[in-house]
Amino acid sequence: MRVRVDYFAMLRECAGREQETLETAAATPQELYRELAGQRDLPAQTGLKVAVNDEFRTWDFQLSDGDRVVFIPPVAGG
Amino acid sequence: MSDFCISRSEIVPAEEIAALEDAASGAVVSFCGRVRNHNEGRAVTRLEYECYEELAVSEGERVLGEARERFGVGKVRCVHRTGDLAIGEPAVWVGVAAGHREEAFAAARFVIDEIKKRVPIWKREHYPEGPAEWINAAPPEDA
Repeated sequence: MRVRVDYFAMLRECAGREQETLETAAATPQELYRELAGQRDLPAQTGLKVAVNDEFRTWDFQLSDGDRVVFIPPVAGG
Repeated sequence: MSDFCISRSEIVPAEEIAALEDAASGAVVSFCGRVRNHNEGRAVTRLEYECYEELAVSEGERVLGEARERFGVGKVRCVHRTGDLAIGEPAVWVGVAAGHREEAFAAARFVIDEIKKRVPIWKREHYPEGPAEWINAAPPEDA
């Protein structure tokens, strides 16, 4: 299936891009992150959160074709 | 306009307060978070804020809804800046209108604390010397 991944803030700089669309066999955000971390210079998953289609989801959420996945570094608003 | 907004232009507190007009509310509490010229012992020259807008707005609205429900307040609003900010510029503004001061203060405190913990907004500090750094302000929840 194809998913789109968007990167923000520190992760955008680690990944060296704002977004990418990729073909993957990853069933969950956890598997997808592991796959991407093998290709890009991404930090450990600890402390990150994940959103699928603009909703916070758990790391074992089942991904579907066309999903937009965003890995969320620790927030620092205010 | 929704009650939680992301703004790319300067926040003007007087304009935000005007939107809290409510004849039933005897108390108005507002909080303005501004860009400080130092952080953790280091001089700061400016800040840069970035957000994941779709999720920031929905999570921000969720925080405001929780504040209304928990504290029974009338109007609650919050605006957060993105982009490049100079020292002294407002970065975030929270305003609450309520019947009485107790719930107005409590709700304003709740909103700013939750926004800082939950809403996907990030800041990068710039220094007189050395590379700018993304600030990791919120520890993981299970820490």
